[in-house]
Amino acid sequence: MSVSLILALGLGVLGYVIAPRRAVAAAGGDARKLAALPRQYGLNTLLAVLVPSFAILIAGSLAGAGLYLGWAILIVAFIGFAGSLFNITPDYRARTHAESWIKLILIAASVIAILTTVGIVFSMVFEARNFFSQYDWKDFFLSAEWSPNFRGNSSLGILPLLWGTLYISFIALIFAVPIGLFAAIYLSEYSSRRMRSIAKPAIEILAGIPTIVYGLFALVTVGPFLRDYFAAPMGFGDSASSVMTAGLVMGVMLIPFVSSLSDDIINAVPQTMRDGSLGLGATKSETIRQVVIPAALPGIVGAILLAASRAIGETMIVVLGAGAAARLSLNPFEAMTTVTVKIVSQLTGDTDFASPETLVAFALGMTLFVITLCLNVLALMIVRKYREQYE
Amino acid sequence: MKDTQMTNAKISTKGVQVHYADTHAIKDVSVEIADKTVTAFIGPSGCGKSTFLRCINRMNDTIDSCRVTGDIRIEGEDIYDVKVDPVQLRAKVGMVFQKPNPFPKSIYDNVAYGPKIHGLARNKAELDEIVEKSLRKAALWNEAKDRLLSPGTGLSGGQQQRLCIARAIATAPEILLMDEPCSALDPIATAQVEELIDELQKSFSVVIVTHSMQQAARVSQKTAFFHLGNLVEYGDTDKIFTNPEDPRTESYISGRIG
Amino acid sequence: MTHKSLLTADVRTKKRNAAEARFKAYGLGAIVVAMLALALLLTSVVSTGSSAFKQTYATISVPLTEAKLDKSGTRDLAVMKKVTTIGYTRLLRDGIVTAVEELGLETTLSAKDIGKMLSKEAAATVRNRVLANPEIVGTSVEFKLLTNGRIDGYFKGRVTMESAALDGNTSPEELQLAQQLADAGVFVTTFNWAFLTAPDASDQRPEAAGLGVAILGSLYMMIVVLVLALPIGVAASIYLEEFAPKNRWTDVIEVNISNLAAVPSIVYGILGLAIFINFMKFNQSSPMVGGLVLTLMTLPTIIISTRAALKSVPPSIRDAALGVGASKMQSVFHHVLPLAAPGILTGTIIGLAQALGETAPLLLIGMVAFVREYPAAYSADAGLFGEASTALPVQVFNWTQRADPGFVERASGAIITLLIFLLIMNAIAIFLRRKFERRW
Repeated sequence: MSVSLILALGLGVLGYVIAPRRAVAAAGGDARKLAALPRQYGLNTLLAVLVPSFAILIAGSLAGAGLYLGWAILIVAFIGFAGSLFNITPDYRARTHAESWIKLILIAASVIAILTTVGIVFSMVFEARNFFSQYDWKDFFLSAEWSPNFRGNSSLGILPLLWGTLYISFIALIFAVPIGLFAAIYLSEYSSRRMRSIAKPAIEILAGIPTIVYGLFALVTVGPFLRDYFAAPMGFGDSASSVMTAGLVMGVMLIPFVSSLSDDIINAVPQTMRDGSLGLGATKSETIRQVVIPAALPGIVGAILLAASRAIGETMIVVLGAGAAARLSLNPFEAMTTVTVKIVSQLTGDTDFASPETLVAFALGMTLFVITLCLNVLALMIVRKYREQYE
Repeated sequence: MKDTQMTNAKISTKGVQVHYADTHAIKDVSVEIADKTVTAFIGPSGCGKSTFLRCINRMNDTIDSCRVTGDIRIEGEDIYDVKVDPVQLRAKVGMVFQKPNPFPKSIYDNVAYGPKIHGLARNKAELDEIVEKSLRKAALWNEAKDRLLSPGTGLSGGQQQRLCIARAIATAPEILLMDEPCSALDPIATAQVEELIDELQKSFSVVIVTHSMQQAARVSQKTAFFHLGNLVEYGDTDKIFTNPEDPRTESYISGRIG
Repeated sequence: MTHKSLLTADVRTKKRNAAEARFKAYGLGAIVVAMLALALLLTSVVSTGSSAFKQTYATISVPLTEAKLDKSGTRDLAVMKKVTTIGYTRLLRDGIVTAVEELGLETTLSAKDIGKMLSKEAAATVRNRVLANPEIVGTSVEFKLLTNGRIDGYFKGRVTMESAALDGNTSPEELQLAQQLADAGVFVTTFNWAFLTAPDASDQRPEAAGLGVAILGSLYMMIVVLVLALPIGVAASIYLEEFAPKNRWTDVIEVNISNLAAVPSIVYGILGLAIFINFMKFNQSSPMVGGLVLTLMTLPTIIISTRAALKSVPPSIRDAALGVGASKMQSVFHHVLPLAAPGILTGTIIGLAQALGETAPLLLIGMVAFVREYPAAYSADAGLFGEASTALPVQVFNWTQRADPGFVERASGAIITLLIFLLIMNAIAIFLRRKFERRW
């Protein structure tokens, strides 16, 4: 296969060299009589060889046709080579044809985005279906017990995982939304340019820090701190990993997310609106609370939904900060677990793709994907509509 | 200047200078504006007339790089005194902007916004009364009375601008500043607003910035002509338009500059 | 109406101004909280991790007794390999005990306990040296060897006399002796290059664990991401921004890309596991699969920033090119793309930085495995980037799961390394943006 790929490549390069000469010869040696520049003839031949070859290569390896793939590539490459050389006449619009090939490449690249989504859906639907053929969907969605057992007879109810996910996300948002929003308001409405130029990048640094770093922070610093100074003295338990630990750290992670989205949205509220309010003798805070925020509200709601989607899908912070015990409890200082934690724990280590204990991860993944998809699309639609309103 | 004018003046300014970061926008402007009259500021664009208008209710405070020096007094009180709260000042000196900018709230709430924040009404009935009175004064009551709770942004451009005027009136100001209030309106809406301005001068002293000389001639009693940050000429509107003293004013009026 | 002076604030205004001040204070408070969180996070990581870049070594002379290492005396490697690290451990013990005696240090420790002060890795180090160079058997050779994690921790302040008293793996006496050996220059704490180059080490020897394999794996993945994501992302952006008709279809692609940017990263891990490993049979744990998964994850980021960069090129440039008879394609490739290049590069670097720090999807494709062999970029069996590897952020996670507290230091040290890489990448992005920023 790699041999025929190299051959196809060689054929393309050969075409790139011969085609211009052939074209000039066809025009009786006068390049000005051609419908396109000589090198555009070369480019056209090169692309006519390579584009179909690569298309076959990708399609073939996706379909798993190993043996004949090499021949197919060679045949297609040769057809492209011969065809494009045969077509050369002085009137042949080589540039237009070459550009069609390029456009095809561009389209193919943008289709990859679609294919990714298709791939995600496929990979999960396929295995999740296997899971539901072995495990009753009612037990999965409605059972409050999660106790996988690799010898079989597991209880795989999603409810305690969902509870942990939502509880942690809720705490994270309770923490991040007011702080992020107030930070955005302060930076866009009050702060001096100097302070903005320092504080804004500093907050953005928080956004650039990988989540594993937050996870370690939860594990090493925040967890033990909360346990020693809050949970243990107040009698809430003695676990370092807890809903509170993960929630707070995730909240810190979300601050820059909320604040930069809100900042954009607040800045999109026209200045004339603020002037109108200030001109009536409103103070800045009255203007913000009663005019700017209501005007920006849809956008802010969208931002919060996006933040929620991110919180629900976050993995490393909860893996290291929340614990592994599936539990339905209200005590925020107790260790609980989330959908993402269980996806990781069921799919790492020894996995057996025939057992429901492994396959459940795909059902969990699908649930997670559907929830975040709904939140994302809703949020994107709200934000989009909001932007259009002030454009 | 004569003494009588001094005592009558609602607003008096002396040697006002305004600097932006590195431009000198207003150069030594002194002017006396009388109560219960319409005063028009005219001049080519960029001449500083809007900047000067925004000094009168300290809206320029909201621009970081803007520095105002000199003396601006309203009823003899220096409005740039450290003891003056711009919030109180702006309740007394209302403003209407170039582009109608109703808040994304109902018509009622738009008008009630000012009285609410300044605490002008003791109860709902009083607030209702203020809203009705303001809308009536702004000649919008008949059109809006049946849809008070629908959003202010749903009105037509001219109606929106009258709503903004009603909103400004509702805080019971003594002075009304208007920054090219008709520039975004069609001729019919413009005529309605101009008619309204005529009405308003009975209760307020109105200062209007306009780029239209015809409008200045139609609505104002006094006119000030600004050019490149200088106050070139100030006097009775009739006189400015028929017999200007300064050659620059004459060039502008006759259309040679601007 | 009664005349109210502007010079005196009324009660209501005072109240409103107080509310204003409070509101402003909340805003400032929010920023302070965010800054504090950042400071706390960085301090926590740096204070636990910076010591990973220092390491305590013991310089001792080890008697490589022929009777123990090569009874046959033939220097035959096959025979010599039969001596395991346990055999070497005894020699090392002799070496260090001799060193203690020669210095005349008083201690109540048994020879066994003194020997334990060296890392378990030390025996392997000596063994490898001997096997690589059998001639040295029979002589005494000076080695620079790792001390064990507790002794190392003592010199970095992590282990104290109090904690040692409660610790089954060490004792205050050992620490006292270690201090004396350090005073005598036998134990020396130096910069730990091995942390950046050595491979991972097993559970009981955190002092030997390094990031070499992880850095290599991350590097391979970044190469894959750069080579795939940049051209595909740019091509897709050019189509969507310059050529695509505005219809339902492109609308779907657009929403789809925005959604992909917000899909939880772990979902990409599931995709990688199901499609690339289970279906397309790529090697598990390989940088190739990791790179492919990260490519798909990074694409939306690159597409979004590239489209913004293309959009910021004013239409007049396109018109000018079309006006002199260039085709649409030529106007894009000759004029628009070069002008948008700095923006595209900045977006790409930020996307790469994001990919470098991503952990969750890599866990699912098996990169959390214990790998001690440096992966080759290409091998005949495994293909391009096909050999098992791990990655920087995954190594961090891996170390957090180990029992020995020495690994917490290693994990934080790995994070410092990761953050330094990210810092460099972002600095380059900022530099590019500053240097080529254009205002139209």
